[in-house]
Amino acid sequence: MSGSVVDNTVSSGNSSVAIPTDISGQILDIDEDDDLEVFSKDTTLSDGSSLNASMQTSSASMINQYKFEEEEEDADTKDIFVTVDNPESHVTAIETYITYRVETKTTRSEFDSSEFEVRRRYQDFLWLKGRLEEAHPTLIVHPLPEKFVMKGMVERFNEDFIETRRSALHKFLNKIAEHPIFSSSEDFKIFLTAGSGELTSHKKQGPGFLSRMGETVKAVAAAVRGVRGRPQEFTDMQEYAEAFSQKISSIDKVTQRIVREQKEYLEELKECGPTYALWSQSEEELAEPLKNVAGCVDKCCKETEEQVKHLNDHLIPVLHEYVLCADTLKAVLRRRDNIQADFEVKTEALATKKADRDADSKVLSLAWDSLVGRSPEEVKQQKQQKLKGEIKEMRDELDKVEDRLEWANNALKSDWTRWQKGMRTDLRSAFNDTAERNVSYYEKCLAVWESFLQSQRTDAEGNGNVDFS
Amino acid sequence: MADSGSEAIAVIGNTDLTPSESENNLKNTMVEKGTSLLKKMEISVAEAEKRTGKNAVNMQETYTVYLIETRPVDAASEGTNPALDSLWRRYSEFELLRNYLLVTYPFAVVPPLPEKRAEFVWHKLSADNMDPDFVERRRVGLENFLLRVASHPVLSSDKIFYLFLTEENGWKETMFETGFQAKADSRLKALNATFRVKNPDKRFAEMKHYGDELQSVISQLLRVRARAADRLYGVYKVHGNYGRVFSEWSAIEKEMGDGLQSAGHHMDAYAASVDDILEEEEHYADQLKEYLFYADALRTVCRKHELTQYELEMAVQDLTSKKQQREELATGTIRTFSLKGMTSKLFGQETPEQREAKLKMLETQIEEGEEQVKERNAECDEFVKSAWVDIERFKEQKDHDLRESLISYAIMQISMCKKGIQVWNNAKECFNKM
Repeated sequence: MSGSVVDNTVSSGNSSVAIPTDISGQILDIDEDDDLEVFSKDTTLSDGSSLNASMQTSSASMINQYKFEEEEEDADTKDIFVTVDNPESHVTAIETYITYRVETKTTRSEFDSSEFEVRRRYQDFLWLKGRLEEAHPTLIVHPLPEKFVMKGMVERFNEDFIETRRSALHKFLNKIAEHPIFSSSEDFKIFLTAGSGELTSHKKQGPGFLSRMGETVKAVAAAVRGVRGRPQEFTDMQEYAEAFSQKISSIDKVTQRIVREQKEYLEELKECGPTYALWSQSEEELAEPLKNVAGCVDKCCKETEEQVKHLNDHLIPVLHEYVLCADTLKAVLRRRDNIQADFEVKTEALATKKADRDADSKVLSLAWDSLVGRSPEEVKQQKQQKLKGEIKEMRDELDKVEDRLEWANNALKSDWTRWQKGMRTDLRSAFNDTAERNVSYYEKCLAVWESFLQSQRTDAEGNGNVDFS
Repeated sequence: MADSGSEAIAVIGNTDLTPSESENNLKNTMVEKGTSLLKKMEISVAEAEKRTGKNAVNMQETYTVYLIETRPVDAASEGTNPALDSLWRRYSEFELLRNYLLVTYPFAVVPPLPEKRAEFVWHKLSADNMDPDFVERRRVGLENFLLRVASHPVLSSDKIFYLFLTEENGWKETMFETGFQAKADSRLKALNATFRVKNPDKRFAEMKHYGDELQSVISQLLRVRARAADRLYGVYKVHGNYGRVFSEWSAIEKEMGDGLQSAGHHMDAYAASVDDILEEEEHYADQLKEYLFYADALRTVCRKHELTQYELEMAVQDLTSKKQQREELATGTIRTFSLKGMTSKLFGQETPEQREAKLKMLETQIEEGEEQVKERNAECDEFVKSAWVDIERFKEQKDHDLRESLISYAIMQISMCKKGIQVWNNAKECFNKM
């Protein structure tokens, strides 16, 4: 079993805020606009704020959620298998879009059945990602493929683009399924199992646009103020995230440059074979070896083509995913910072209020109150009561935020370690594959040229025999 | 030939042959062909040096000289190191020698010199004549030229060639004394003139056509190869960037650090390996270039044959017309239109004495003409015979050499692949440790 505790009360999806349907309509409209944007990295509006009232359990049990055991994500302990395949194009009056088949096979008890098959479009994946990020602002959600690729003006419905996207979506869902917290998300379950009508109505629930906006304003304010007492470990993580982002972007660029150079090399090499073939036509004795060489060069061309394709189809997508991951890391750290900033603001406010309470009553207000006809004692009592009430409220609120901060910090720390392990595995495997592929490329070319030598050897021996006879 | 057969096996059997070794094999082939010159003398172009001096217009110039070393081959003397003779020559002197050979042995396919200026270069290679790599490749090419001449059945016994190899001074004077310069000028003029041969020899026409095709296709191959080399260089060098970034990345990782760092080193090694690979390919390109220029020499021989044939035809034509004139004069009939005939019709016949004188003159001319035709016929036959022998010899040499070149190209590719396999296997091990 992956993960130690699966607590459904923590997962997102339980709507704690009821929303009138007319506003929920607006929510969907805004989502649809997403498709028209050019770039997308992170579309969630929430910034460290969580609206789930159900998350108000004690910090102790919270921390327990995020103590991930040594995870054995081997095939034998995996109890859910998700595949994304079979892209299909849908044409309506307004738009054309692609849906993908999402197939789930699972033995988990919370699922009603053991096999599910649904069709989902990119928007739906985007929605799922947003929900997971909202519910767990300091957990690292694997990135989705970008909405639209500007480079090279790849058409949205180009075969290669669709395949690349399908593969990335498949990886995305599998990363979610492997994650101890995300995989038990109600939204995730609904995503995998609900019919399209059910999904649409489920999407309409959840925190409203307005409340999300409200949270954003607060978050922006906190972000502007900045966090003051950030623990060193998070600063270290920040530095790492920055550096990693730079390095992985560089590697991505280098790899793309290699692909470009290989393609240009291939263009030139493609002319060599035919030139040898042309030459063979003017020759007698040399015709055979020349034709042979032409054939060898052509074969090497094919191998080079295959190798470039492998780089494009396997290494580049992985590198690209981790470029996006780097941005996710930075976003997650930012959100954590905002929670801490919020906590610091509230702590300061409480301290100020307490200072107010302990300070002598203000002369001016007493003067006013005596004018209105209240005795100084009465006024002082009223003031003290008011302050006491406010202080209690603020302390309660502060406790909540403190819990949230501790919970966010622990979540982040655990998920960070988990992410690093995953990154290491993914990149190791991707580079390994590439190196293997390159070895195989050279081995194949080697065989081509050795067979040429072999043929010339047999020729020479043949001639030799003739001479000696 | 039994020799070439066994040599070919020897070369192919050893796939770890380096280009310089295969060039050595080429030289050994030439030595074993065994002209009398090569039997008694070892020839090499050992070094190159830069010199400065005043040129013909009294201006300072820098040029390169090449050291020609000759050593008598004494099979009997073992242990005693025979004396080495050496002298310095510059490229222009080689050119003079070759011109001399071209003029003196017009029927021979004269070995070409290495190119005057670097052509078909890919970007990293310098096109500068003073560049040390270019000079080195030229040194090899000049040595090759001398060995080719020395292994030629006819050219190797030329006296001027021998002096070129052995006498630093006085060689030029002796050469000019042969009066080849005059022949050179007229030959150049004649070869560049346009003329049509009535009965072209089919074999030579085909050979000329082959020479054209060979020149065209080798040029194309050299061009394409240079461009591909350029691109390949790019591919390898970009991998060097992996080395740098992996190294930087390893600094921020804990467990992955070592694997990344060592993988980066292998990427650097991969990037660096392309320099050697392309240098070896340059040798191959040089071998192709030699035959590119040989194609020109072949065409020259065919062209010379055309000229000889043409001159023969001209002589025959001249003789025929003179004979016709004699007949007309003797019989008094005018069969063909001639200005003389018309004027004599208009202005009356000549006197019998005049006719007699004319006939006598024609007789002499016809005698001379017949001599000339006989000479030219003999020349032509002689030329055709010796040229065809040399062309056959050249064909065999070309087939053998180019086949060896293709084999050495394959060997180079194999070596490149082996290096690639090694580097990426190493890198893979490092990645596994990540």
